[in-house]
Amino acid sequence: MKLNKIKSFAKNIRKNIIFTAYKAGAKSAHIGGALSCADIMAVLYSDILRFKKKNIIDVNRDRFILSKGHACLALYSALVEKKILKKKDLETFEGDGSNLLGHPIINKISGIEFSTGSLGMGLALGVGIALAAKKKNKSYKTFVVLGDGECNEGSVWESVLCASHFKLDNIIIIVDRNNFQQTGKNSKIMDLKNLKSKFKSFGCESIEINGHNINQIYKSLKKIHKNKPLAIIANTIKGKGIKIFENDNNWHHSIITKAIYKNINKEL
Amino acid sequence: MISQSNIKLWSSLGMRATFGLIAIELANKNPNLIITTSDVSTSAGLDRFKNKFSEKYIDVGIAEQNLIGVSAGLASEGYDVISTTFAPFQTLRCCEQIKVNLGYMKHKVCMVGLASGLVLGNLGFTHCSIEEVGVLRSIPNITIVSPSDTLELYKVLNEVFNLKGSFYIRLTGGSNSKIINKSDYNFTVGKSVELLSGQDVSIIGCGNILGNCLEAANILKNKNINCSVINMHTIKPIDKDKIVEISKKNKLIVTVEEHNVIGGLGSSVAEVLSSEKHNCILKRIGINDFYSSGGSYEYLKNIYGLSTEKIIETIASNIQNNK
Repeated sequence: MKLNKIKSFAKNIRKNIIFTAYKAGAKSAHIGGALSCADIMAVLYSDILRFKKKNIIDVNRDRFILSKGHACLALYSALVEKKILKKKDLETFEGDGSNLLGHPIINKISGIEFSTGSLGMGLALGVGIALAAKKKNKSYKTFVVLGDGECNEGSVWESVLCASHFKLDNIIIIVDRNNFQQTGKNSKIMDLKNLKSKFKSFGCESIEINGHNINQIYKSLKKIHKNKPLAIIANTIKGKGIKIFENDNNWHHSIITKAIYKNINKEL
Repeated sequence: MISQSNIKLWSSLGMRATFGLIAIELANKNPNLIITTSDVSTSAGLDRFKNKFSEKYIDVGIAEQNLIGVSAGLASEGYDVISTTFAPFQTLRCCEQIKVNLGYMKHKVCMVGLASGLVLGNLGFTHCSIEEVGVLRSIPNITIVSPSDTLELYKVLNEVFNLKGSFYIRLTGGSNSKIINKSDYNFTVGKSVELLSGQDVSIIGCGNILGNCLEAANILKNKNINCSVINMHTIKPIDKDKIVEISKKNKLIVTVEEHNVIGGLGSSVAEVLSSEKHNCILKRIGINDFYSSGGSYEYLKNIYGLSTEKIIETIASNIQNNK
């Protein structure tokens, strides 16, 4: 693992998130939840996910599913960093007829495995893919990023139960635990309490980490989890990286004006 | 395999048990097949399949939202997936998963809805399914087929993976189901089959209720009312050409379905007729948008005007009114 490389990857993801949200103007964008998972995405895309850029749909590639689809700016930005998407593509964000809408649209050749955004659906797809890998004796892994608010959805837990029942040790669930959801704190809207113990009681290898500590993210993604899925509860800060956005849920979905852009761009 | 003895055997078993038998034949032919269920192996006649092809059988437990997601995930990796459970749970319980995974993303899954319509009336309307065609019809990229009998079920299941897009196969009737097609015939998804020809009325039906339609037509013939009976097995995409053709010929069209008259076959036919010039009226027989008291299949068919006698009454009175 090259720490500096990943750190600069994460920084560029954040820059692209802010740039794209600014360009989107009055269309506005999901910013807070994209910034909170930027470090997770940076580790995944720079050092963990195995895929060939020249044959991105290769059957042996690792699969990545952004189940919290509203954080798509983090995904698009990671794909730009990997030069799978062009930076110019980001300017089409949420535009008429664009491939890059406010939630991902399936586009395997651009590295987007599924259309997500309706919460609670991504993990089930991941379970299907992981089961297929077992049946076909393939060694690829499936990584699914969930939001903590998303864990309100009962369907998430149907899929956790299922992944555990089928002993899917080729699936890794990462919860972006930023403690907020659309209209407020998790604890006020629907308290998730102890997610680590919940995943453990469902039969996962369950660990809790600092979701902005590159070393911890990397180590957790490499953790051995024989005969069971791995669940990583990544404690994060919504809006991480831009001081005025941090833990301020007004930036869940909002507009970056020119003045704000000028101001925060210095930070990056 | 289609044979006279199988046609008899299958109809006596009914669609659910026959589905289990057909599944074994499909698995023998198709190495890519996987069947996913939500704890219904016995109800779907799949116990033998489960033992014979344990590696092709995935039970996700009573979790239908997950069922569709897992099925779509498997389909995205190249498997030919049939998912099955009781019709209400196969469709409405996981409706948005169907929309996003099968409709929007176009992952191909063949959903088989068990015991749809009114056959489970003794269990109450939690287990009847009279809404799902209307709901699924509004989701793009899903073909909806309601086989008239077990032979037709065989034929459609053998076609599904030669065709594009997801399917919903709606199983109706109980055991000792009616034989609608007495011997092998040409079956094409989207193309209706004229079972009887008559110049006075056209009855358009789907599912095993076509047995009552045929009985009604035979009795009406003795009263000098000649009915065509059309098996509209594919509800979406509907056979427009056939509907337009009969609308020019007949003054009365009657649709018969074990479904709410809102959203199902009758609505589909009405949609076609509404944009055509014709000189006929359409009478829709089906569930008239209310949940009745529960009871046996025959009891409920009678309540909703779907028994042979009630179909006869409706047609006879409408013919009178039309003269």
